[in-house]
Formats: sequence, structure tokens, C-alpha cells
Amino acid sequence: MRKNIIEIKHLKKSFGNHEVLKDIDFVVKQGDVTSIIGASGSGKSTLLRCINLLETPSSGEILYNGENILLSKDIPAYRAKVGMVFQNFNLFENMNVLQNCMIGLTKVLKLDKEKAKQESLYFLEKVGMLPYINAKPRQLSGGQKQRVAIARSLAMRPNVLLFDEPTSALDPQMVGEVLSVIKSLVEEGYTIIIVTHEMAFARDVSSQVVFMNDGVILEKGTSEEIFENPKNDKTKEFLKRFMNY
Amino acid sequence: MSLPGSFIGRIIFIIQKYGLSMLKGAGTTLNIAIVGTIIGCIIGFIVGTIQATPINKKNSIIKRIFLRVIKVLMDIYVEVFRGTPMMVQAMFLFYGSAVLFNLHMDMWTAAYFIVSINTGAYMAETVRGGILSIPDGQTEGAMAIGMNYVQTMFYVILPQALRNIMPQIGNNLIINIKDTCVLSVIGVVELFFVTKTVSGAYYTVFEANTITMAMYLFMTVILSKLLRVIEKKLNGPENYSLSTTDTLAYTSGLLKYPSKEEQHEKEYNRN
Repeated sequence: MRKNIIEIKHLKKSFGNHEVLKDIDFVVKQGDVTSIIGASGSGKSTLLRCINLLETPSSGEILYNGENILLSKDIPAYRAKVGMVFQNFNLFENMNVLQNCMIGLTKVLKLDKEKAKQESLYFLEKVGMLPYINAKPRQLSGGQKQRVAIARSLAMRPNVLLFDEPTSALDPQMVGEVLSVIKSLVEEGYTIIIVTHEMAFARDVSSQVVFMNDGVILEKGTSEEIFENPKNDKTKEFLKRFMNY
Repeated sequence: MSLPGSFIGRIIFIIQKYGLSMLKGAGTTLNIAIVGTIIGCIIGFIVGTIQATPINKKNSIIKRIFLRVIKVLMDIYVEVFRGTPMMVQAMFLFYGSAVLFNLHMDMWTAAYFIVSINTGAYMAETVRGGILSIPDGQTEGAMAIGMNYVQTMFYVILPQALRNIMPQIGNNLIINIKDTCVLSVIGVVELFFVTKTVSGAYYTVFEANTITMAMYLFMTVILSKLLRVIEKKLNGPENYSLSTTDTLAYTSGLLKYPSKEEQHEKEYNRN
């Protein structure tokens, strides 16, 4: 029995009196690949940002390995174990590719420089960015930046990886290279939560699919359950639009 | 010794007679302006960073009150020194400290102090603006890999803010070179003070000030060019070289990785 790595209970988030997340509940087990799908503005990204505490939930609980992180005193330590990849990459513009990967290792995990470099090179090779270690982010294409951002997250050896629409800011041509990197991570058994509009990708890699609409989870289940056999009318309608059923 | 008849002749005369003391005055001007700008930038970075620190509701009440009090004090500092003329500040601090606290600052200390504290007040706002100009994504990227606020500022935000405000630092340096002339009121023998003496000695106001103008202009032009060079350095190289694509070159160090224990642990975690 795989253990629950992340449990979300009655999570709510409001911006002012606009309630973006209304009572969200779901569980992510070790090794799960969870896709969160839904229309824009349904609260997917907010949910993901809440899991990494980039947004502070209004109420509810987020359990990481059974411990409520909303009560945790050391939030940076938690974030170091939960990697996050952003839509807009958010690479540090003042550092080159290698430094981007190393900074978390040397400053947060306190590894020595040589070890940090070895680790960074290993993961940069994995995403195919080893030749570019001396380049600055502004000199790279979107797809390359996103691959570096993935390597930066991986280098921290996270227990969970969060992807917030990792391909939405990319040209169609570059979407493929980033998705194939993510796919290889799925095959290696990483625990992943991904917010995406790439339905075909979500269908192929997910062990769990969560469909969100207007701040609530309307339907969740395995990839087959959601994509082959959706029960909720809104889910059907959404998938019809996205997958040309 | 009588004065030459022509304008050019009088200028040459002044340069021969007073050139050295004018150069010395220019040296003093440069010295005070550069030291004052550097210390002022340090003050500005400290004050500006604290001013840009959001007060987090999650912090303890004591920490929040402490931060708020400091912010108010810094606001007062910035407003007072930005809002009053430097010449008046110089008189007030130099003579006032002697009268009020019986504290006799020597001229150099007073000069450095006044220019630094003034520059600091302007720089504080500049730095705050520089920090605000960095996209939120940079902070989020840093926080997402577990950096705390201080690390995020120090390694990610401030280096980028520094690059963005370099033109403004240059502005401040040039303003300081010119504005040190107000320090002549407390008797600092900088370029303007020397010029006044020289022009007074032979009633050559026009000629002496022509030379001084040229000297000020020379200093500011050279320094602004120098700052451009530094700016370019901060931008980093325009090009990058691909590191060797021969991955075999790396594998010698990487093949061992991850270690047996780590692999074992990973297998274990997965099951």
C-alpha cells in the first residue's frame, strides 16, 4: 500500500470576497501522477500554488506526509522538498544555467560547491541542457528555459513535483520537448501534480485526473474513468471542446 | 607680478600659479563625492530593502511592531534629508553639533557624513524602486526552491535591482561631484573653495571659473563613461560558448551517480 504523500482537506481560498477555491478535497499517493484539468479561471493554478504555499489558503488543511504544513514553522524547508515548475519558468536572470541549478543546493541544502555542481550537471544532462551551462536565461528559447527550470527543481531531489501549466507559454514546436522530459520523469516514478491544458498528455501519463470547475472538484478518477467515461455533464462538455470527441 | 592683458594669457597665468592647488581641490571634490556615493549606496540599499519588506501577518506581533517602528524612522530620515538643502544640512550639522552636543566634527568627517547621508536618502527610494521593478516570478522561483526572504533578496533580487539602478547611481555620483561645492560653507577646501580664493586674489572671476567649469565637466564626463563600462560588465558576456557536447567527458564523474545506497533508498520509497 503506497502511503499518502499529500492530502488536501476542505481547502478554501478567497481573494477578498471572491471565493476561488470552495472546499477542495483530494489525496495524492506516493508515485501518483495527478493531472488537474479544467477551464481557465476554475482555480487550478491557485490550488497548485496553495500546495506550495505561494498562496496562503483561507481555511482547510494540507497534509504532507500526515503533517499539516499550514501550521509548520519552517515553510522554506517544506518548499525545498516540493519542487515547483512555473508557466513562465522564473529562472534567475542574474545567473547562468549552471548557477540557477546550483544556488538551491549550495544555499538551501548547504551542499559543498563541488557536490552541488556534480548534481546540477547530472540533472542538466537528463533534460538535455548540459551544453548550455554557461548561457544566461535570456539567451535561451522558451523550451530550453523550461527544461532548465525542471532541472533546477529536480536537483533539489524533491519528493513531489508541481507543474503549473509548464507548456502554456511555449510555441507548439517546443511543447513536445518539455512534455517528453516530464514523461521521462513519470517513467522514473516521481510523484507529480500537473496543471495542464494538454489533454492527450494528461490522458497518457496520469494515474489520477481531477476535473475542476468554478472552484470545486466536479469529478476525479483514473485516466480511463475521466477521459473514456466521464459522468458529469460539465466534464463531458469540457472534454468535447478540448479533444474534439 | 602683473596680470597679462589677454583672456587666454590670464587663464595660463592662473593655471601656472594656482593649477596645483586647483587640482588638489578637484582631488578633494572627487574623494568626497566617490566615498560619499559609495557609503550612500550602502545606506540606500539597507534602507530601501527594509522599506520594501512586506509586513507579514504571519509574523509575531513583536516582530511586526518592530518592523513598523523601523520603517517609520526610516521614512522620517528619507523625508528630512531629501526635503532640505544639503548646504543648510551642512551648516546645521557642522555648527549645530558643536553648539548642541559639544561634538566637534572635523571637516572631513562632516563632509563624508553629509554627502553619504544625503545620497543614502535618495538612494533608499531608488533601491526600493529597483526592487519593485523585479518581476514577482523571480521571488516565487526562489521561494519555490526553499530560499528564505533574506536569501531571496541577497542572491536573486538585489543583484538584479543593482543592475537596473546603475544609471541612477551614476546620476547620484555626478550630482555629488557638483554638489560637494556647497561644503565650502563649512570650510572644506574643495574645487569651488579654491576657485573662490583664486578669483578673489586677482579679481579674475570669469577666468578662474572657466577653468573650474572645464575641470568639473572633465570629471563628470570621465566618470559617466566609467560607469557605462561597469554597467556593461554587470550585464555579463553577450555570448556564451556551448560547453563540450561530448557527454563522455562528464560521465567519468557522473556514472557513479546516484550511489548504491541512494538507489536502494529510492527503490524502497517507491514500494
